[in-house]
Amino acid sequence: MSERIDVSIEHRHAPPPSNGREPNTCPKCDSHYRDDELERHLRVCPHCGHHFPVKARARIMQLVDPDSFVEEASELRSDDPLEFFDLRPYTERLAEAELNTGLGEAMVIGQAAIEEQSCQLAVMDFSFMGGSMGRVVGEKFCRACDSAAERDEPLVSITASGGARMQEGILSLMQLPKTVCAVVDLHDAGVPLISVMAHPTTAGVLASFASLGDVIVAEPGALIVFAGPRVVQETTREKLPADFGLAESNLGLGHVDAIVPRTELRSYIGRLLRLFDHAE
Amino acid sequence: MPSEAELHLRDRLSKLRSLRLLGGARLSGELERLQRQLERITSGATDDEIWRSVELARHDDRPYTLDYVERLLDDFVELRGDRGLGDDAALVAGLGRFRGRTVALVGHQKGRDARERAERKWGMAHPEGYRKAMRVMELADRHDFPFVSLVDTPGAYPGLAAEQHGQGGAIARAQAAMARLEVPTVACIIGEGGSGGAIALALADRVLMQENAIYSVISPEGCAAILWRDAGEKKKAASAFKPDAAHCLELGVIDAIVAEPPGGAHEDFDEAARLLGEALAEALEELDGTPGDELKRRRRRRFRSIGVYA
Repeated sequence: MSERIDVSIEHRHAPPPSNGREPNTCPKCDSHYRDDELERHLRVCPHCGHHFPVKARARIMQLVDPDSFVEEASELRSDDPLEFFDLRPYTERLAEAELNTGLGEAMVIGQAAIEEQSCQLAVMDFSFMGGSMGRVVGEKFCRACDSAAERDEPLVSITASGGARMQEGILSLMQLPKTVCAVVDLHDAGVPLISVMAHPTTAGVLASFASLGDVIVAEPGALIVFAGPRVVQETTREKLPADFGLAESNLGLGHVDAIVPRTELRSYIGRLLRLFDHAE
Repeated sequence: MPSEAELHLRDRLSKLRSLRLLGGARLSGELERLQRQLERITSGATDDEIWRSVELARHDDRPYTLDYVERLLDDFVELRGDRGLGDDAALVAGLGRFRGRTVALVGHQKGRDARERAERKWGMAHPEGYRKAMRVMELADRHDFPFVSLVDTPGAYPGLAAEQHGQGGAIARAQAAMARLEVPTVACIIGEGGSGGAIALALADRVLMQENAIYSVISPEGCAAILWRDAGEKKKAASAFKPDAAHCLELGVIDAIVAEPPGGAHEDFDEAARLLGEALAEALEELDGTPGDELKRRRRRRFRSIGVYA
């Protein structure tokens, strides 16, 4: 164990290697789509069912009743508590991420209605620095919990994250207990948390709020692991099964309640919201 | 005309002195040592000094949890197993008498020789270990025993079985269990406070850290491999994310620094244990008399206030 490569957090700041492919070419069956075709199918390959990544705003539009979403805390921006500088300054990476994604951070929160059921949403966006959780993501998630508790409406979280944001050092690790405390307060208030794990839900986000949902559902093919396959292989030299960490194997192992295809996600969440609605 | 560097240092010192959390760092008889820590900050820890604390935190001869248990607890009884799947030797748990009262204690245990290190996985726990810790947390809560955790792990074990047994969920639930406890809780980072594997035991009323311990979101090697794409840049990575105790105190992540014997805890186990015992006793004393629901409320508020934006 001389080379102690840790373990827990795997970031990918760049989109996954495209292998020279077009972003709209299905990595599973090679079918190619125009943007509008793919959007119309909720970014699910109509040929083979592969789930392409969805950005936070598009995800919200897919799920909520028209014009029902009211964003909250959109003004929050990360600062640079450690004056972190790796190959480039953290502030530069943040500015670039905002320019590329049009988002202020890797999570969007707000109120909405799904199938006429009011709820609170917390939706992550992997394209903003790998969906990594720093202080703003932690703070936004906590505010979403508080809004949900205040209005006595369920919280629906949708995660897509490589883990904690290294550039905020130990303060990013502190977002694990912070979001856990927010969920525990939410549980105590008797308000449900529905956790939807999209690809990928890993490391610090899996090891905190995402795993504490009253109901946990996963998207088909999503990678749901604490330590990614590369880290596990480098550390232990284990031979990993082909379905290592995938949603389907997590279902078999008892870590999630269901795998829900994106095309059915809206009605599935709607059904859960009705079941949890004790006002009737 | 003061130099730019000096201005920077003065600014840092004044920021540090104004930290509310320093009020909680009243370690009897150790204020002088704390002052020395502050002076070390004002002189600006160099990359080499930060790297030295990484090396000391990982020192092969550093005292581990059971070395402290032996010196600080009477009548220690080890509790084993997660009541489901197995017993994880990377994490030890038990009951013992600390200064006249029963406490529940859990801690990572690295192992002293090659065989024991392999068996204890260098203190890298599987979900079974965190589930054992949760079981002992619940036991402490039922019987009103203070809960003490000693953190010393490079991280949670990254392996196939660990993933299959639910590593992420176990770490999340261990934190949630700590957030629900209605007994006084004190955590101390005694070596490596590595990432999720560390925080699973550290959501406590008082978080202490030994002088040469480190507490970080990722190892310097891991960070360098990802951000610099070269694990050899580990010193640069360590000084960029500042895992040393002084910085953790400055950032408000810990409440107090526990002094070590000159040269580091490995130089004198008895003295290191005495200093740790004093700090634990003082932290528990501060928490005595606070009702359980108030402890729980303050603990959650404390962790929820990290990184608040106005």
